[in-house]
Amino acid sequence: MSIVVRGVNRWFGTFPALTDIDLDVPAGGLTALLGPSGGGKSTLLRIIAGLDHPDTGTIEIAGRDATALPPQRRSVGFVFQHYAAFKHLSTRRNVAFGLEIRRRPKDEVRKRVDELLELVHLEQLADRLPSELSGGQRQRMALARALAVQPEVLLLDEPFGALDAQVRKELRDWLRRLHDEVHVTTLFVTHDQEEALEVADTIVVINQGRIEQVGSPAELYDRPANEFVMQFLGPTTRLGGRLVRPHDIEIVEDDRPGALPVTVTRLLRVGYEVRAETRAEDGSTPWVQLTRGQADGLGLTEGQRVWLRPHASAAAVPVSSPALVPSSASGPA
Amino acid sequence: MAEPTTLTDRDGTGTAPALAPAPAPTAARPPTRRRRRPSAIRLVLRVIAVTYVLALVALPVATVVRYTFADGLVPVLEVLTSPDFVAAARLTLVVAGLAVVVNTVFGVGVGILLARYEFPGRRLLNAVIDLPVSISPIVVGVALILVYGTNGWFGPALEQAGFQVIFAVPGMVLATVIVSLPLVVREVVPTLEEAGVEQEQAAQSLGAGGWARLWRITLPTIKWALAYGVVLSLARSLGEFGAVRVVSGSVAGQSQTLTLFVNDAYQEFGPDAQRAAFAAAFVLMLVAVLFIVVITALRPKEKR
Repeated sequence: MSIVVRGVNRWFGTFPALTDIDLDVPAGGLTALLGPSGGGKSTLLRIIAGLDHPDTGTIEIAGRDATALPPQRRSVGFVFQHYAAFKHLSTRRNVAFGLEIRRRPKDEVRKRVDELLELVHLEQLADRLPSELSGGQRQRMALARALAVQPEVLLLDEPFGALDAQVRKELRDWLRRLHDEVHVTTLFVTHDQEEALEVADTIVVINQGRIEQVGSPAELYDRPANEFVMQFLGPTTRLGGRLVRPHDIEIVEDDRPGALPVTVTRLLRVGYEVRAETRAEDGSTPWVQLTRGQADGLGLTEGQRVWLRPHASAAAVPVSSPALVPSSASGPA
Repeated sequence: MAEPTTLTDRDGTGTAPALAPAPAPTAARPPTRRRRRPSAIRLVLRVIAVTYVLALVALPVATVVRYTFADGLVPVLEVLTSPDFVAAARLTLVVAGLAVVVNTVFGVGVGILLARYEFPGRRLLNAVIDLPVSISPIVVGVALILVYGTNGWFGPALEQAGFQVIFAVPGMVLATVIVSLPLVVREVVPTLEEAGVEQEQAAQSLGAGGWARLWRITLPTIKWALAYGVVLSLARSLGEFGAVRVVSGSVAGQSQTLTLFVNDAYQEFGPDAQRAAFAAAFVLMLVAVLFIVVITALRPKEKR
């Protein structure tokens, strides 16, 4: 284990930001801390970096108790959402910063910085000031800067949150590839479930200061521990007292065991997909996500009576409180 | 479109030179500026503004220059090389220099404290720092005498230790420090707040300790604000009169700064003394103009 968090609690005044956090981050992996804003994931990351402190509990980094260590002695690289570029230094000097602090020989610094600039594709922009770089370039520079000192762990706080959608997607793929090359233990915070599912080996879902579930993207998606995880990882709909994913529902034209009779109230085509909104006899309104081919094959029409049943392999959790369930009208998030 | 534009320009250039030196870039780039119609109100406002500035600033300044050089350059040079003037100039530099050094160190320290830390009494400190600019300098001087004078709180103890504050250079430095106390802090704090704490945290996670962060990140971040604060502080220190007057005793050649030199010379009778006063006033003014130029040069850099 590369990062071990034990019994961490953190209050902001009377507000519990983190409650009884225990977490093991495997060495060499790419782990996402996923959760809604204000859920405590950034606070946890900052506590691991030493930029915030826990009220109780311990932090261990690479086998060393780091709870009382200041940030500069924890051997962590930290990447901020808004880049935290050193505005008065060129790209090259930004990347060299940690090595200069460590008083490494000039030749070594130059060589290492050249390597890193190549790694993040900024070799052409080495002498620019941060103000002359785009957001994506600044963030790549910040990553190179953090990697320069060869930290035990790399911590990224919403690293792509300030970038526009296109660049965000590019950098996400790029981070994945970079990690496959560099293999440094990486922990990143995100509120974007797609980002976490796409990039991470392991996802830690955090909500209201507690860890809801830890697992691989497939585990979390297929076997969510509770309603919150299920809903946070993608669109859900309520079918006969259970929460299922709208693409995990099968539409059949006759009554079969376990199937729920409904009336199709609306057919909505969104690009390649078709959403069938329905109404059951109990007043619930499950919706189904189909491909156009499936919808055409069934010959669905509005007002038609059909039966719905979850696929055999479908992830489903029982609904405990109706307040948590979004109505069908809200559609996929 | 072309017709009204030329009309505006002709009107603008027709009235402008008589009143103000250069408010006519309209003609240079008409497309980028919004076309405004000349109106009576605008004309009246312009006349008022220019008259006001002329009467309050330009006229007195011009008078000083005229009186200074009324008999040519030679008598002025005589004054500027007289022992009393040289002593006053030297003392002014010493007092202002020390005050600026103290204020710079204090300003950076307290600026970082106010911008970066939450502590009990922070708001109080924040408010108290501004007091010296709102209190009359005379009051500052009198207060210093009450504290450090022969009959003051610390005065007797300090005198026994062989250290005279009031009617000596330490008192003058102290008075100057107090009246220019907030100038550096007030420049540094907004810049630090605007820059945010993340660059320093990033430096910290890259291994930088406290001093390394101060030298490599914090000071470069605030350097233009700091330079601006130092220039303001220096200008204020060189020009300080009231507080220094009270605590100095103003003995020519010993405890007389340039402002005191001007005052004392002016109050003497005779054309020589008057000329000395004007010459010294001219020097102070020249320095002030120099500072304005420096400040104007620094301002845009700080905003960038």
